[in-house]
Amino acid sequence: MIPAAFEYKRPMSLEEAIRYLAERGSDARVLAGGQSLIPAMRYRLAQPAVLVDINQLPNLRYMQQEGGMLTMGALVRDTDVEFDKNIQSRYHLISDVSRVVADPIVRYRGTVVGSLCHNDPSGDWPAAALAARAQLVIQGSRGSRVESIDDFIVDSFTTSVGEGELVVEVQFPIPSARTSGAYEKIERKVGDFATAAAAIQIELTEAGMIKDVGVAVTAVAQKPLRVAEAENILRGEKPTLDLIRAAAAEAAKIADPNPDARGSAAYKKDMARVLVGRGLIKTLGRLGVVVA
Amino acid sequence: MEITLLINGAEKKLNVEPRTLLVHAIRDAGLTGTHIGCDSSSCGVCTVVLDGKTAVKSCTMFAVQAEGHAITTIEGMANGGKLHPLQQAFYDQHGLQCGYCTPGMIMSAHALLQHNPSPSEDEIRFGLSGNLCRCTGYQNIVKAVQQAAQMLQQPVGTAADD
Repeated sequence: MIPAAFEYKRPMSLEEAIRYLAERGSDARVLAGGQSLIPAMRYRLAQPAVLVDINQLPNLRYMQQEGGMLTMGALVRDTDVEFDKNIQSRYHLISDVSRVVADPIVRYRGTVVGSLCHNDPSGDWPAAALAARAQLVIQGSRGSRVESIDDFIVDSFTTSVGEGELVVEVQFPIPSARTSGAYEKIERKVGDFATAAAAIQIELTEAGMIKDVGVAVTAVAQKPLRVAEAENILRGEKPTLDLIRAAAAEAAKIADPNPDARGSAAYKKDMARVLVGRGLIKTLGRLGVVVA
Repeated sequence: MEITLLINGAEKKLNVEPRTLLVHAIRDAGLTGTHIGCDSSSCGVCTVVLDGKTAVKSCTMFAVQAEGHAITTIEGMANGGKLHPLQQAFYDQHGLQCGYCTPGMIMSAHALLQHNPSPSEDEIRFGLSGNLCRCTGYQNIVKAVQQAAQMLQQPVGTAADD
């Protein structure tokens, strides 16, 4: 299968890239890792008139900790995250996700920011970004703006990025020593889209109470969903099994999945509940808390 | 458009459209060891290695994007007449039956061993999970990668790497 013909632009600077995106508007698509876009083009699900390949742009492949944030440039590949020792030791949710995105070969090329921009409801990074309370830096011709992941995610495959804009960075708050997380995913086989998945991040107080918590689910609605009611149930409380069950049940309530070859709507709703529960228990376990 | 690709150390001048997939460009350049399997970024038979240690599915990259990168395909693994340790190990361990997935398996394993020179069995299975084999049941593929890892750790008598 061969994609439809397109015009290929390979800008060498951010300004040049944004100029092409502004000039060509909705005819143009950004090519970063291409691991979702190129398959979509091969199936002719996407037929952009212009591809703006950002892979030659300088200084977009970095991970830094600064100002309380872990920042990742738009060309950070999934494997850059997966193989990073600091990520493995401190960023448990992000590390979990980095091991289950697509398959190992796709991860050499796929980018975190590209996945967020693609915003596939079955993609792994958007739910992780919700749970970790990430924000994005969006560059346009007149400067940049920072947007929370909640505002960034508009709908299925739709973000708040406008014409002539490019997401240059994602930022994750640096977890405290009493913060952990987990990503629980069911897939039929490696490389398939998630049947359902749950992203969890918890920060405990010194006294072992839940200070803050992020809960989000993948592949069980039109878009990646924050389970705000679960967060409200958990926040400020001492973690117990009953509390976790009550929070997990909220995931099934908010889920509105499409039935497909991966399962019925009822099954996926229940898996949202199961995976949120498992993720909460795993996260607490990583913080040394055994719930009973 | 005219592009120059560096494949297995040799420059190849090619005339491609922007939409030409890297796998088609490689095969049109006469290097048919890189196979086409699923056409959907799933099976991994088209895997090649960029810049010595990055495995990519060459069906999921445009040929124009590979300009400026050193591409290694299965044809670039042997050193003269001497098989690369991964090739030798697949031969010794019977790590193939029909052989269709083998070039992709070897290129993927090659990248894996660059990042993790002595992987555990679990790490090999995890690392090769983007490559499908419908014949072997994977047992001998895993053994082959284990053998190759050992061979590559021995300083004497191993083939030069890229």
